[in-house]
Amino acid sequence: MKHLLSTKDLSRDQAIHILDVTEDMAATQQREVKKLPTLRGKTVVNLFFEDSTRTRISFEAAAKRLSADVISFAAKGSSVSKGESLQDTAQTLEAIGADVIVVRHPVSGAPELLARSGWIDASVLNAGDGTHEHPTQALLDAFTLRRRIHGDASRGKGLDGVRVLVVGDILHSRVARSNVWLLSTLGAEVTLVGPPTLMPFGIDAWPVDTSFDLDDALASKPDAVMMLRVQSERMNAAYFPSAREYSTLWGLSAARFGALPETTVVMHPGPMNRGFEIASVAADSPQSTVLEQVSAGVSTRMAALYLTATGADL
Amino acid sequence: MTRTPDRLADPRTAHPIIVRGAQLSDGERTDIRLEGGRVVELGSSLDARGAETIDADGLIALPGLVDLHTHLRQPGGEGSETVLTGTRAAAKGGFTAVNAMANTDPVADTASVVEQVHALGVASGYATVRPIGAVTRGLRGEQLADIGAMARSSARVRVFSDDGICVSDPLLMRRALEYIRTFDGVLAQHAQEPRLTEGAQLNEGAVSAELGLAGWPAVAEESIIARDVLLAEHTGARLHVCHLSTAGSVDVIRWAKSRGIRVTAEVTPHHLLLTDEEARGYDARFKVNPPLRTQADVEAVRAGLADGTIDIVATDHAPHGADAKSCEWNAAANGMVGLESALSVVQSTMVDTGLIGWTDVERVLSIAPARIGDVTGHGEPIAVGSSASITLFDPSARIDFGVEQLAGKSRNSPYLGRSLPGAVRWTFHGGVVTVADGALVELGEK
Amino acid sequence: MAARTVLQQADIARALTRIAHEILESARGVDDLVVLGIPTRGTELAARLAASLAQIGGSDVPVGSLDVTMYRDDLDRNPTRGPAPTEIPAGGIDGKTVVLVDDVLYSGRTIRSALDALADIGRPAVVRLAVLVDRGHRELPIRPDFVGKNLPTARSERVNVRLEDFDGIDEVTIL
Repeated sequence: MKHLLSTKDLSRDQAIHILDVTEDMAATQQREVKKLPTLRGKTVVNLFFEDSTRTRISFEAAAKRLSADVISFAAKGSSVSKGESLQDTAQTLEAIGADVIVVRHPVSGAPELLARSGWIDASVLNAGDGTHEHPTQALLDAFTLRRRIHGDASRGKGLDGVRVLVVGDILHSRVARSNVWLLSTLGAEVTLVGPPTLMPFGIDAWPVDTSFDLDDALASKPDAVMMLRVQSERMNAAYFPSAREYSTLWGLSAARFGALPETTVVMHPGPMNRGFEIASVAADSPQSTVLEQVSAGVSTRMAALYLTATGADL
Repeated sequence: MTRTPDRLADPRTAHPIIVRGAQLSDGERTDIRLEGGRVVELGSSLDARGAETIDADGLIALPGLVDLHTHLRQPGGEGSETVLTGTRAAAKGGFTAVNAMANTDPVADTASVVEQVHALGVASGYATVRPIGAVTRGLRGEQLADIGAMARSSARVRVFSDDGICVSDPLLMRRALEYIRTFDGVLAQHAQEPRLTEGAQLNEGAVSAELGLAGWPAVAEESIIARDVLLAEHTGARLHVCHLSTAGSVDVIRWAKSRGIRVTAEVTPHHLLLTDEEARGYDARFKVNPPLRTQADVEAVRAGLADGTIDIVATDHAPHGADAKSCEWNAAANGMVGLESALSVVQSTMVDTGLIGWTDVERVLSIAPARIGDVTGHGEPIAVGSSASITLFDPSARIDFGVEQLAGKSRNSPYLGRSLPGAVRWTFHGGVVTVADGALVELGEK
Repeated sequence: MAARTVLQQADIARALTRIAHEILESARGVDDLVVLGIPTRGTELAARLAASLAQIGGSDVPVGSLDVTMYRDDLDRNPTRGPAPTEIPAGGIDGKTVVLVDDVLYSGRTIRSALDALADIGRPAVVRLAVLVDRGHRELPIRPDFVGKNLPTARSERVNVRLEDFDGIDEVTIL
């Protein structure tokens, strides 16, 4: 795998292979010695045009556990108006020896541009681009869900027949897009739930159901409910009448959580707006995978770095 | 025969030319004698004594093409195009007249700017340049530009447009239409409802949803066109709709014309051929405004052009330097160059598909745009006494379209790497050869 | 050029039984023995060896697998294989006699990787190496303790170990 840009291009076998390698990585993280020598001598650059301490730290930890040299480069605000700087920055990083460039960028498609432009030879790993995709987030979500469902027997398995609700701001969510493709590729049945103003126009062909009514969707007793973070800038942009109305209609409140079966997994990519899209009682319950998702993030990114840095066959 | 550029550049002293065996748009085969900037004789086996003979066997002779929508970038954007380089691109594509859009720096909102552009066009010699005047001062949409002064200037401006920006204020739009009506000018509107397209990057639809690019909904174009045709009806003024791109827009224009409203519409070659699917891969060469639409829209605009609802094809030739395109999609500039490829794209999408014939091509790429823009001396069907602005086109050629086909300054063509039918072999601008056997002629400074 | 069979099913079974005897002799019984196969065919050989050890020694021997992919020094040159699971038996390896099992011993680099991998998991008292075939051409100072067959080869030749579970047949061929 030369690059990891989106989950849309992954076949079922490829996706399962990545999840299985993630299992191997997760197994090494149970040991006393967590560090592997695998990427010794390789240089991983975290090129972040957008703040995200959580994702950056997760990639940094993953690269370090694989013994890669890690350079973190925060380029926030330096680029979008001056287009050429993406090229310049990438070429500069390659000139200092980057083998893998982990890119987080506010503009959809920037990692793909970097991978396909011919500017650089390094591998490109998409760490979230605009409102397009966030493939490692979806992979870690799928990994977490597969572990909850299949436990130690997860290897080789998909998520066939698993019913997942993805709730919130679908329109602006790269996490939602990556999850839609990956979960459906793995055989899960995905339903998108949210206000009509935050549902993308033109998703008739997506392999999902859509609903504007959370209570209705929850009544089907889904296997997993994935709550998305609502960005504060949406609150004031007339997508919904008020934060209170959003929370009332589309938040996973204590009452809604209480009505769910105890087998329903509650997921959130973080950081959470507690009491807004998710009640603390849900976030902190044994049904919640919030912390498992964080630790799965390191294993998933180890797998992604390993597979791209070595160019391993998928 | 050796061509001496300085003599050729002046129609009064240019060699007489016999075009041997060309096919007119109606299919008739004829020789054409060009002399003193005019067509002086038609017929078979014309006497070639004292004239240069051009073998036009298999070539179609069209009146020189007229583009109602060209960005020449001068003044202010000389890094990506100048009047000279843009008219060279025009000649390469078989155009003998272009209407230069007003969004230059400074904006063409005063008589002095349009006169400067006009003079640069005369100096270039490759094509007639008709400056388009801005509707509002600085394209800011606040107060009217010096419309009357530009109309009365030596540039004799008849087309007014804030292209790139929509005249969205309905009151200002009404005033502009009323004002322009007094000298039977035309307002060429860039139809884009600004609030519905804040941050818009790509046609709102399946592709934008998947790629995570902010959508540019069809309704943002259609709602402005609907409003504008009603304002045109109310004021009795002429409205021209730039680069119409959606199926719904075709319906609105069709309705307006059925009511007798004085509206004309254009479609670009790229909206006749390309769809938003091209945006997959995020190659900003395909970023344009209005955006590439869906296959259903492509089919609707082709049908609209075929049935006359859409009057003309105009290129929206929009040169940009490499830096403006080899960058993140959102940071990239809108626009594509199109002069050199327009006729081939029209052949590919409209003629080879059987939707229209060559008389229609002549109409939509020469006669009608010259009429709408009041471009005198152009868009005249080839006849004794008509202008010697003529294009000889080989419809049986097929070219692998590459940068060598581009004669302007910029390389942002969406067709690079594609195979296109047809090739412009000769272009005569007022009797002056600007393209000879497919190659641009160096005219030199006049 | 046709492949030449150098070991057949019965030869392989005999070799493993002999190795089991030798291990028991050197380790003085099955106590504290842990057998770890190196994926993919080493894992199967380890399972067979453990069965022999149990049969001869009279009690079960913990058996597992040790993936070395993540410890290789040639990932750039041979990136074709994803990692395989490492399964360490419940009792761990600290203080144990670990017998590493692989199908073919060649350059020694795989075993170097295995020793590194082992060091990250625990601290065995003794590490031994059992291989079905030793084809020579060592690039590192590594030697096997138990060998099924010493097979002199040219570098250009290929030794193929096929096992029932993976390939439908037990045999070793040289091409």
